[in-house]
Amino acid sequence: MSGRKVARIILVIVFICLLAVPLVMRRIAARREQVNNSLDAGAALSRYGFHFEEVAQASGVNFKHQAPTLDHRLDHIMPQVASMGAAVSVVDFNRDGWADLYVTNSGEGSKNALFKNNTDGSFTDVAAALGIADLNQLGTGVSMGSVWGDYDNDGYEDLFLYKWGKPELFHNDAGQKFTRVSDKMSLPAWVNANTAVWFDYDRDGRLDLFLGGYYAEDVDLWHLKNTKMMPESFEYAKNGGRKYLFHNLGDGSFEEVSQKLGIDTRRWALAATVADLRGSGQQDLFIANDYGISELYFNDGKQFHEAGKQTGVGFSPKSGMSASVGDILNQGRYSIYVSNISEDGILIQGNNLWVPRDETAGDAVKYDNLARAMDVEMGGWSFGAQFGDLNNDGTLDLYLVNGYVSLDRNQNYWYDFSKIAGGNSTIISDAAQWPAMDGRSLSGYQQKRVWINDGAGKFVNVAHAVGASDVFDGRAVALVDLWNRGVLDVVVANQKGPLLIYKNNVTPENKWISFELEGSASNRSAIGAEVRLFWDGHQQVQQVSGGSGFCSQNQRRIHFGVGKNPRIEKAEIRWPSGKVEMIDKPAVGQVYKIKESA
Amino acid sequence: MARLDSRYLAPLFITTILLVGHFSYGILESYERTALAIVCALVAELVLGRIFFGKWINLASAYISGISVGILLRSPAFWPYALCSVLSIMSKYVLRVKGRHLWNPSNFGICVLLFLAPETVAALTIQWGNFIWPLLVIWILGSVIIWRAKRIHISITYVLSFFAFAFVRSWITGDPWGSEISPITGPMYQLFVFFMITDPKTTVKSKKWQCIVVFLVAFVEMLLRLNHVVYAPLYALFLVGPTAMLIEIWKDFSHAKAQRRQEVA
Repeated sequence: MSGRKVARIILVIVFICLLAVPLVMRRIAARREQVNNSLDAGAALSRYGFHFEEVAQASGVNFKHQAPTLDHRLDHIMPQVASMGAAVSVVDFNRDGWADLYVTNSGEGSKNALFKNNTDGSFTDVAAALGIADLNQLGTGVSMGSVWGDYDNDGYEDLFLYKWGKPELFHNDAGQKFTRVSDKMSLPAWVNANTAVWFDYDRDGRLDLFLGGYYAEDVDLWHLKNTKMMPESFEYAKNGGRKYLFHNLGDGSFEEVSQKLGIDTRRWALAATVADLRGSGQQDLFIANDYGISELYFNDGKQFHEAGKQTGVGFSPKSGMSASVGDILNQGRYSIYVSNISEDGILIQGNNLWVPRDETAGDAVKYDNLARAMDVEMGGWSFGAQFGDLNNDGTLDLYLVNGYVSLDRNQNYWYDFSKIAGGNSTIISDAAQWPAMDGRSLSGYQQKRVWINDGAGKFVNVAHAVGASDVFDGRAVALVDLWNRGVLDVVVANQKGPLLIYKNNVTPENKWISFELEGSASNRSAIGAEVRLFWDGHQQVQQVSGGSGFCSQNQRRIHFGVGKNPRIEKAEIRWPSGKVEMIDKPAVGQVYKIKESA
Repeated sequence: MARLDSRYLAPLFITTILLVGHFSYGILESYERTALAIVCALVAELVLGRIFFGKWINLASAYISGISVGILLRSPAFWPYALCSVLSIMSKYVLRVKGRHLWNPSNFGICVLLFLAPETVAALTIQWGNFIWPLLVIWILGSVIIWRAKRIHISITYVLSFFAFAFVRSWITGDPWGSEISPITGPMYQLFVFFMITDPKTTVKSKKWQCIVVFLVAFVEMLLRLNHVVYAPLYALFLVGPTAMLIEIWKDFSHAKAQRRQEVA
């Protein structure tokens, strides 16, 4: 046999082997997934240190989200346009030390709910009695989400409600009722908003508010002027809603300062979160945009500077749905998680995990997307995601919900969606050009992700094994210790689906410590305050957040898991005012209630 | 003044598309992935050309394959770019009949990856930017280059067929015509129309049959689209192109055989 013939035979063998590579990789991934998900509750508790039990109905929470019915010219694509509005935020509205839940609804005339924690495992909806239920009347738009913050520093968390419609601010009157104070805040008449965050951008001790528009504010989705209200591009759209930054003047009124301070963008914001990303003591603003790149605004206290490209987070356009921060590597720095869209074989955007590069810091900080390397990349049509230590092992885990439109299981709209998404702006921006959905699903019935952090740079999805097995169209997810047990429970708001409460059962071997902060020179909600915990050679930083994920807000209490037999060295509290306080050797298994020293 | 070798016009054009698209709109998944695709294609071509033809092959064709993979393939992972490029080039050396390869290399590689690794890869289906002018520039520039390469009839036949079949699809499905023509305004089609269907090595010889084959590609694409196949044009070329090549090779072979018989007689 000639040498060339032998070479040809070898070439054919290599060619066949290469063709088999994707199949082998898929088989290995499927086997790994199967092993992770084939455990019962006891085995999951033993192997992963926690297990969920869904208890919403058992707790008296029977809430089902309703979607709006928009202009009839959108009928053919209504399920995908009217696809948001299920939201949940955590608040202790009456300061009784037990977390309550505020949940939005979006059907015209539907009611929002405030589930008061009865402390015995049950909840009672008190929204109507307190005046914050009936907020979706026809003509005023419908609710999209809410964030809580004590804007007047009276000790009670106030409610900001954002809508596709007229946003509203409600003053919390000592936990007894709520008074509408929107007019004093000089809120715009109409904003199609899907995100808002409380934070004190100028550190004057008063909470300010960021509000992000999605559709342009001159679009009334119930009375369209024309059908050209869709994004002008699937990845480069700049015809979305404007952004607002309301500066708190201290007398109950606010001044809108976004453009004056450098936030002037019309990308389609779906999520925003705020954190001190540079260690500067200032709160930087991160915006995850649908149909485009993310934006990162460095805040110098007086002005915001867009730094998306320079830091690396604002380069590759995707479909940003959620933004949350967490110190996933226990190195005292925040990474940023942004959820996007992935559908096998059609659109593989992958979610982004922006991890600060080692040798970079301050204004020169650079981020690398390590979502793939750390196995938190593929989450389907992802929406809300939150970091939290679900098994108290000392590392932050990640809970992600997903699923866009679940209708007919056997027919999907992806072909038509991809057809239109590739079109020029004149086509994609016109709803009339979109093919009818005709009851088809679009990334429906998706499996959620519960990624546990192994502490060595990898996450493992254990959703099924730990009991997070629902396939509703998840939108908002919030983490909260609902029954003061020293664990993080999970609350999920589903579009056109039930509110779910996953009660978390964590192995008692893993210890925890929590901090409940109250500002004095700083804003009383202590939003923006950080706690840096040092134990057993680890350090982890967490902050009090005024909103994160998608249309959600976690509990204000900061919760650390610290693993087995921890030796806690100290906790360092950095207040928004700049003050720093230390607690030496804090004890585990306690909630530390700390008031900022005068 | 020395004229530019026409073999380098297409690589220059596709590089221009890549650079303009990327610096205007950030179209690339990353520089590294695109570079990986190009390097793997070039290395594979050099090595295989040396082994099987005993010479260093001109790299223009491999460069186009690599860069097409770098633009058209979408994956957050690195390995699909490398694998796709290597498979694309290898297909030229493995899948040969009577000394001719059958598939357009990048069409082969991308289709194989879409078949075998749908959980990891997708093809570029979104658009570049919001404006009409980059689209026009690319279409005009591409047309000029393809015209110089004497293959403009292939592109024109395909585009006209696509529009005609878009009407037919719209009539059958009831979907707006705008949604049916929407895909051709995207970048995948620019690469498809100028580089894949016009590939001299994987198209039949006569002008008439080139037009017929590309019309059939558009027809099969329509059938696939009516069955909601997202990557209908890529798959249509994957199916029709090699079939046409095989028929031509068989005809050439039969003709040569008959000629030999006549000579012997």
